[in-house]
Amino acid sequence: MAKEISTQKELDEFLEGYHVLDQDYELIDIPTRLDHDEVVPSSSFMHDVWVRFKSNKGALIGGAIILLFIILSFVCPMLSHYSFDAVNTAEQSMAPRIPGLEWISWFNGQGGIRQYTGEFANAYHYFGTDVLGRDLWVRCWEGCRISLFVAGTAVLVNVFIGIVYGMISGYFGGIVDSIMQRFQEVVNSIPTLVILTLLLLIMKPGLYTIIVALILTEWIGMARVTRAQVLKIKEEEFILASKTLGASGFFIIFKKVLPNIFGQIIIMAMFSIPNAIFYEAFLAMVGLGVPAPQASLGSLINDGFKSILVTPYLVIIPVVILGILMLSFNLLADGLRDAFDPKMKEM
Amino acid sequence: MDKSTLRYIMRRLLISIVTLFVIVFVLFLMLKLMPGTPFNDEKLTEAQRAQIYASYGLDKPVLTQFFIYVGNMLKGDFGISFAIQRNMPVAALVGPRIGISFGLGIGAVFIGTIFGLILGIVAALNRNHFWDSFATILSVIGVSIPSFVVCLLLLILLGVQFPVLPVIYNNSAPFKSAIIPMLAMSLGVIANVARFTRSEMIEVLGSEYILLAQAKGISRRRLIWMHAIRNCLIPVITVLGPIIVGLMTGSMVIEKICAIPGLGSLLVKAIEVRDYNVILAISFLYSALYIAVMLIIDVLYGIIDPRIRLGKGDA
Repeated sequence: MAKEISTQKELDEFLEGYHVLDQDYELIDIPTRLDHDEVVPSSSFMHDVWVRFKSNKGALIGGAIILLFIILSFVCPMLSHYSFDAVNTAEQSMAPRIPGLEWISWFNGQGGIRQYTGEFANAYHYFGTDVLGRDLWVRCWEGCRISLFVAGTAVLVNVFIGIVYGMISGYFGGIVDSIMQRFQEVVNSIPTLVILTLLLLIMKPGLYTIIVALILTEWIGMARVTRAQVLKIKEEEFILASKTLGASGFFIIFKKVLPNIFGQIIIMAMFSIPNAIFYEAFLAMVGLGVPAPQASLGSLINDGFKSILVTPYLVIIPVVILGILMLSFNLLADGLRDAFDPKMKEM
Repeated sequence: MDKSTLRYIMRRLLISIVTLFVIVFVLFLMLKLMPGTPFNDEKLTEAQRAQIYASYGLDKPVLTQFFIYVGNMLKGDFGISFAIQRNMPVAALVGPRIGISFGLGIGAVFIGTIFGLILGIVAALNRNHFWDSFATILSVIGVSIPSFVVCLLLLILLGVQFPVLPVIYNNSAPFKSAIIPMLAMSLGVIANVARFTRSEMIEVLGSEYILLAQAKGISRRRLIWMHAIRNCLIPVITVLGPIIVGLMTGSMVIEKICAIPGLGSLLVKAIEVRDYNVILAISFLYSALYIAVMLIIDVLYGIIDPRIRLGKGDA
């Protein structure tokens, strides 16, 4: 080991005797063209987001499946010559039968209560029929549409309420914030389960009741995220600059704060859609779903469950659709989160 | 425990009690606003109905009823059931079911947390290898797919296709019939805990004190067990709160599916027949549990990591 240098004098002596030799350094040959200036095109934030999103296979698959399901849920009930509420006891509980796939034992139409014989020899119920002889293929897609509609509407309204509540609470602060926070805290302490059941007791079970129930329970998360984001953005220097230039509070909120928290809100909304779909199914399972003959994924599962031992496909098919739908939404939401906020990736 | 910790706990406790009181009041009011009555037998005359109302104390003003109810509740008397088992005390109706529901829930949390922790840690230690991909796929599936869907699929697979387990809850074989619901409930817990543990572990492994420990030259086993795992366990406590709450909701449907005589199925039944006191008691129980879990986790976390409460007034 070299001699230790502790005083200035020693350092001076050391430097005096130190000579740089040629072999001390070597040139690493990197062909740099100093005459050529590479121009990297600037890309906007949204473009970056898109590029990151595109590279995420799971999110793309999720998005594609959701799109497919949306299209199917609109097109299938229209194209099929069966109707979602046409009761026909002669076609009671028929097993799934899909043309071309009859070699697969699941789809050959065997095993139901009524068989594909006589006048139904050429009939095809892709997903079979339920106990009242209604075509499950049509009902599944009808139900898928209703579930998506319920979830979509609830989340849209939630985003609106959450943004307004969170912005007011976060931007103005002080006593307003305190009161709003305490209120939110108390509402948040009531289990969703209790709110939902009680609300559905007071209102009549139905599509819009479920939407109201979802709004009442889910807005808090949105408001909390918005508030946290607003609190963060509020301290940024560009807000101060805007204020110094004399911008009104209204202008700052809508032109400066809102665009900056938009990504977070989209992520949050995407995550709450599967949640809403789940709660809709949950309500149907406890007997508070959409009234018959309407169908939602939840009510289909609930109906099918009653005959699970005899005709398990009545519950398996809607359950699988629900599972795939929720999985796709989660994958899409994960992808969007990583795209908007790559720092969160490891979370 | 210093003074500020104590003040923090007191404040949280106070908020919790106030919240619980508000909840009971709101529940009470809502049930009074509820359409329908448990005594809608058409054979009853007006006079008889008035008599029944008087005997149950339903003729008094709502506020008086509320204070009588709260007073009785503090003494452990939740009133009597109107419809499910007429005149049976609610406490006797609800009591035996608490054990079944909570047993299932605690079992699921216990199994789920242990397997989730193991999976998360193994995934973080073998980043981008088989176990990591396995954990990632499992957690995405477990987080997205509701527990009752898993329960139904398990039921069809293990109860119908390969009948090894009972489809319906059997009181004489509580352990065997609890397997399917517990498995279904714990999958979500495993997924959540594994996901969180993995990210936490990766963060811890990348931190500077781990680098320092490595530089000191301690063995890898000691590094992981003594330095990394201990520190990644603390934040996992926070995710347990939402998980337990989620389980409560999910268990209601699972109890219905597997015909488990628990709290959830009783609540569903009580709603159907509009049995006020039973609904109130179970809702209160759920709310109290929820608030207690939140409180314990907040306080625990505040003690373990005092930085948490700073600047987080809305904890």
